[in-house]
Amino acid sequence: MERYRVVPGPEGYLPPAAALHGVELPLPGQGLVEGSRVEGRTAALAIAERLVSASVPTFFPGPLLLWKSTEEALERGRLVREIAREVGAKVIPMPDYRPKYPMIDPAVEINPNHPNLTIWFNKIDVGVFIGVHCHQANLALKIIRGGTSCFTVALCAHEGHEDANASLRDTDVASLTALLDAVRIVKQGGE
Amino acid sequence: MPDVELKPVSTEHLLRECQREEVFITGSEAVREAIRRANVDIAVAYPITPQSESMHLVGDLYAEGYIRDYFRGENEFAVMSEIAGAAMAGVRVFTATCGPGTLRAFENFPMWSGTRLPIVISFMTRGINSPLTIQPDTIEMGMLLDTGMIMLHAENAQDLYDMILMSFSVAERTSVHIPVGVFVDGFFVTHTRQKVKIVSEDVKLLPYDPTHSPVPTMDMETPPFRYMRDPFVMKSNYISYAAHASWQQEVMAAAERARPHIEAHLGSFVEQENPDAPIQVVACGTAVSQGREAVRMAREEGLEVGLVKIKVLRPAPREEIRRALAKAERIVIPEFNRTGWLAREIASMIPNNDRIAAGPRVFGGMTMPPEVIVDVIKGDVLVGV
Repeated sequence: MERYRVVPGPEGYLPPAAALHGVELPLPGQGLVEGSRVEGRTAALAIAERLVSASVPTFFPGPLLLWKSTEEALERGRLVREIAREVGAKVIPMPDYRPKYPMIDPAVEINPNHPNLTIWFNKIDVGVFIGVHCHQANLALKIIRGGTSCFTVALCAHEGHEDANASLRDTDVASLTALLDAVRIVKQGGE
Repeated sequence: MPDVELKPVSTEHLLRECQREEVFITGSEAVREAIRRANVDIAVAYPITPQSESMHLVGDLYAEGYIRDYFRGENEFAVMSEIAGAAMAGVRVFTATCGPGTLRAFENFPMWSGTRLPIVISFMTRGINSPLTIQPDTIEMGMLLDTGMIMLHAENAQDLYDMILMSFSVAERTSVHIPVGVFVDGFFVTHTRQKVKIVSEDVKLLPYDPTHSPVPTMDMETPPFRYMRDPFVMKSNYISYAAHASWQQEVMAAAERARPHIEAHLGSFVEQENPDAPIQVVACGTAVSQGREAVRMAREEGLEVGLVKIKVLRPAPREEIRRALAKAERIVIPEFNRTGWLAREIASMIPNNDRIAAGPRVFGGMTMPPEVIVDVIKGDVLVGV
């Protein structure tokens, strides 16, 4: 049977959890691109290329970035803004995880239970999750793969995400700085 | 407080590098010795035979200062709910139950998995069928297979000790973060003394770090508390259904991600002796010990028989079982229950499952003499209930 690839959707009615189809989390120093383990640097360059070439790249900072007022979080937030500025990306926050009733305002926020609404409304073609708890990020990533063609990126502070189209693990200030460098390299025409 | 200051160490260090001393203790005492070193914050107890002694001994640890809080719940449902509340608040927890207690608490187990709680629980299995029995039986394990929890089955007190200690590090990983059930056959292991190699008393596991949780830790001291994670409310629309479905997939994915971490501690999901033999006995728990003796007896009679010991039931050891039984012509599955749930599991994993002899099965508290397994190995008897 052909290996399952985690490519942008829309994948259909109920896309599977990639982990249940043989996709494994990256090892330390690695990242994931479309479900394959690659070197972290390779993953960063792949993400940078997607961000630079996107029409509506968008960052989705979550509670761990928005509300965690540590020096580390502040520095990560500053770097996210810098990367967003560099690629002309929007920043649409995921401030909490409760479903929004009666209706979300998709122009100003995204929610893990119905992230497709924000993606569709803003015509987002590359979406980057950072500072979102892993469970809620995976919830959103599968729904986005199911109903949209958005390329998803997860910049994870822990072990990475199989359900994103591309993912880094152990994302800290150093790896965000490296991603910023990768974006600048790609903008200048590559290595 | 403990006489000595305990040094926090990693699970790997504790289980692989610390000096061990051999002691002659019961399975219940092995639980106490594991929890003594597990740096548990809260343990909640409710008595039910044959589990009672384990949580009684864990209570002694509270008196000795090894556990930060300990109390008796109102019943098993309350215990599992209280354990859930403590885990949601971000502390390390432990409890144990068995048989009817397991069923009384049942609603909590899929809730634990669904709310991503890294609870470690031990089940000292016993019968639950009517007429009431307190005797050994693994029937409850078959009922727990689809609750989302990781399930390990100890053959003896040594397995029980090691599996409890390793379970905290598996359950608490960010990418896993679901409950682990460590199962052991009640009485046969809990109430008999065996040689167990335990690590020195001056170490304990590193504390649980709730900041690594894949879900937000909850403030359980400021009412109103919430019993579940952000619900999708009971809306009848596709968006609610999709969110629910994606959530449940994520819980299943979490168990799948546990595979390499379980293997790192146990070495493998199954162990096999004499893998080229055309007849294989497949078992878990104390049925492995009986099966091992039966294999020895059968081989003395000139029969080529091997043994497969299953240590992990969830995540399911599909590939491992398929490999282990690839060349088997006849597969004998002895079980301590009337339902034959392990035989059904194996039948769903392998091709040509008419190779399976789904027995012998004993239940109601009966022991399993190796001779009855030998009879099935020889094909002399009808198997089943």
